[in-house]
Amino acid sequence: MNQNLYNYIIGIADNSLILGQRLGELCGHGPSLETDIALTNMSLDLFGQVRSYYQYAAQLANDGKTEDDIAFMRLERAYKNVLLVEQPNTHFGYVIGKQFLFDVYHLMMLEKLQSSTDQTLAAIAKKSIKEVSYHERFSSDWVIRLGDGTEESNQKMQEAIDALWRFTDELFDMTDDDKAMVEAGIGVDVSALKESYYPKVSEVLKEANLTVPERKYFTRGGKQGVHSEHMGYLLADMQYMQRSFPGMKW
Amino acid sequence: MTLTEEPNIDKELIPILESVSDPEIPVLTVLDLGVIREAIEINNVVYIKLSPTYSGCPAMDVIGDDLTAAFKAIGKKTEIQLVLAPAWTTDWISEAGKRKMEVYGIAAPLNETADKEALLGQKKIVKCTNCGSTNTHLVSQFGSTACKALFKCDDCQEPFDYFKCLK
Repeated sequence: MNQNLYNYIIGIADNSLILGQRLGELCGHGPSLETDIALTNMSLDLFGQVRSYYQYAAQLANDGKTEDDIAFMRLERAYKNVLLVEQPNTHFGYVIGKQFLFDVYHLMMLEKLQSSTDQTLAAIAKKSIKEVSYHERFSSDWVIRLGDGTEESNQKMQEAIDALWRFTDELFDMTDDDKAMVEAGIGVDVSALKESYYPKVSEVLKEANLTVPERKYFTRGGKQGVHSEHMGYLLADMQYMQRSFPGMKW
Repeated sequence: MTLTEEPNIDKELIPILESVSDPEIPVLTVLDLGVIREAIEINNVVYIKLSPTYSGCPAMDVIGDDLTAAFKAIGKKTEIQLVLAPAWTTDWISEAGKRKMEVYGIAAPLNETADKEALLGQKKIVKCTNCGSTNTHLVSQFGSTACKALFKCDDCQEPFDYFKCLK
């Protein structure tokens, strides 16, 4: 098996899985019925995409493990998602801020992944991009609505952006697997996306009357499996059913 | 993964395929929806390639089960494979399907440019399925399912779903 490819797929999929889990937590708890449904629909899109990635990974590994084993039965250190997506929902400003900062990246990454020489990854990217462009539109729209809303909504949106900003730079870190996959024409050189990411994000923040943070210090570690304190709780929630009743299905 | 835009469906299988509908939009058959990309019969086994509308759409599992049951009823086995490429688009919904959808109360997808203008609230072009007015506004980009957006008519005040363009 191509271990680099396997790890590469897991890296991409874990971001969507963990963000999808965070969105799923809002089921029945959204600030309004429409937003609640929108957030959980996005969660569903992400889980659908994740299934395609994990199925492909399971097929590559061919070790008897299924997509569900990969999703639910790993230990914390084996998850390679970025720290951004595991951050708690805190308040609606954080939900939207996290989504927005990830969506802009996600869309840029998928645009490139569409031309991967790996047919399966290219197909998943082409499928996902249609869904993720709606996510990006939704979250950008809300950043603007909240930032450009009342004094309180502006202040809360700003607080979330300020708090989450330190996790953005990690999106562009290249692991050894990423590098190997870029070389093979399969993976996306995410470090090159940084140049267009910050101007794009700043453009929306400015339209939203928000200040672009000037922070120069960034937190990283998720891509190496070193997560924030929030990750354990998230996994406990997410893995409970599969660990209690291994192999259970709805 | 070398499917073309035109589905490859055995003519004899069409009546059975037409009996299976989308669980969320029961007026649409799977053929109207354009999710069947291939259906061929070899030695009493029907091989079907199914293209999901949205990656996480729960209706896909149900459609798969319904197809299996429909063919089982006439003594045929089925092998269903999900295919992602080329990715499903609302362009694959048949014209008849779009009309049935409108009658059912879901506004059919506009073309890509018009769809963007409608969802960004730049133009009032989505027609109310209740009274036909285009004096409507977007309530939420995500409606009762991922594939729909929620609109409200400002003339008759009725809320309605709009099937989003996916291209």
